[in-house]
Amino acid sequence: MADASRGADIPAGADSGGVLSAYTRLLVAQIRSQTQYRLSFLADVVSTCLMSLLDIVAVLVLFRVTPALGGFSGRQVLVMAAMALLAFSLSDLLVGNVERLRFYIRTGLFDVVLLRPLSALGQLLVIDFAPRRTGRVVQALVILAVALFLVDIDWSVARVAILVVTPLAGSLIFASIFVAGATVAFWWVESGELANAFTYGGRDFTTYPVSVYSGWFRRLFAYGLGFAFVAYYPALFLLDVPDPLGAPIWLGWGTPVVALLAMTVAACVWRTGVRHYRSTGS
Amino acid sequence: MGLDVRAFLALTSAGFRRWSTYRQATAAAVFTNSVFGFLKTYVLLAVALGAGGAAVGYDGPMLVSFVWLGQGLIGVVMLWGWTDLADRVRTGDVVADLLRPVNPLWTYLAADLGRAGYATLTRFLIPVAVGLVYFDFFLPTRPASYALFTVSVALAVLVSFTFRYLVNLTAFWLLDVRGVMLLAQLMMGALSGLYLPIRFLPDWCENVLWYLTPFPSMLQAPLDIYVEYGGIGTQLAIVSGQLAWVVVGFTACGWLQRRAAWKLVIQGG
Repeated sequence: MADASRGADIPAGADSGGVLSAYTRLLVAQIRSQTQYRLSFLADVVSTCLMSLLDIVAVLVLFRVTPALGGFSGRQVLVMAAMALLAFSLSDLLVGNVERLRFYIRTGLFDVVLLRPLSALGQLLVIDFAPRRTGRVVQALVILAVALFLVDIDWSVARVAILVVTPLAGSLIFASIFVAGATVAFWWVESGELANAFTYGGRDFTTYPVSVYSGWFRRLFAYGLGFAFVAYYPALFLLDVPDPLGAPIWLGWGTPVVALLAMTVAACVWRTGVRHYRSTGS
Repeated sequence: MGLDVRAFLALTSAGFRRWSTYRQATAAAVFTNSVFGFLKTYVLLAVALGAGGAAVGYDGPMLVSFVWLGQGLIGVVMLWGWTDLADRVRTGDVVADLLRPVNPLWTYLAADLGRAGYATLTRFLIPVAVGLVYFDFFLPTRPASYALFTVSVALAVLVSFTFRYLVNLTAFWLLDVRGVMLLAQLMMGALSGLYLPIRFLPDWCENVLWYLTPFPSMLQAPLDIYVEYGGIGTQLAIVSGQLAWVVVGFTACGWLQRRAAWKLVIQGG
């Protein structure tokens, strides 16, 4: 099985376009199958859009009750929440499907994935590609634009750069967590929603300022898993607000570095997982 | 369509045993529910702090128990992930359910109560214990609150069951229920008080939810009873509201199931 997992190295056809067109076909087949049951697809689109709006509505509702959260105003938290939402939506669009891995392992479909001369991870991402998730990225962009409009930012080249780089790097942090989390299924087939604690948990964590949390929980999520770099530190840099916890302002630039680290770890975990894979035999 | 007590109890215990075999999934769910417990506790405690000690009548310890009991109850009332009936409609196996001399509504209910029983021992007790260990947890001052909380949880399970059953019944018309299911789960999560106490919402919104939707009866109701939000009169009013939703729910299930049986299309294969 370990050999088959390195299938990407095997030439897929006579021409190099073979791999690409195979991916395209898997993608088109998936989009067609999703739109077969129209009413259900519509309900799906509506609920995915509502879902990401909900995080923002939650922030607004909390600020009905309190004027400040962790030392920040409602508008400041909204910027953090919107940046976190954009990063999460991007990674959910790109690699969110990887959480279906446990379903493939349980049913034995992963054997089929490994037998094809394409990269296993690449196939997983394409097979269940959900185009409805594009809507959430657009939605997150709009929300971020509104949130930035509501705060006073002294725009400079550095701030624009951090605004562009952060969501991309942040989405790579989330993507690493998605991949590493899904890999648990290689050891623990019925891992169920275990990974959700860190993927969706990470989304919720990054929605609010890190100063809200405390103890080992803050250390694990903010620094151990790198979630403080998805929105919190970059937002402090954008807003030019000192960290109530005393971290230096330049940490806002740390997101790409943390993303690189996270991706390295996730890639190692994934490789170890695939090598560990034993078919369930079903 | 009679179903005697012995058969009902046998199905309940079968439901209990079925769910007790999903050990890994239960452990994973307990872990995840607990992680979210920490997340929500810190956010809501920060809200209470920012609001000067108490948020809309909930002080710190009340919010702590609200969060952890809520995280524990997710698995008991089963706010999401139940597609047993819809799956059987899609595969056509539901024909066997309808041919039996008992109403499937009661057989599914019996199995669901068994499931809820198992979840109480695992998915409820463990997160609540975690909350008790790590945070300042509110304990009711009136002994009656514990009894009312227990009754309210049982009613919450029934309300949630009828709602889930109704959503599953739509499979008779739609076959693919994933979208509807997602929408239903979203509503159950957002409007039941799981994400935030619904008393944080504007008054009109809160009233609409309490009086016109079953969602607060699935979670917010037992939680408010436990934290003694309001006096004993409020607690009794909450329980009566839940009872009303149980009656409405079962009536709707019976009606829609009759319509569904008429509509039944047997899938080939």
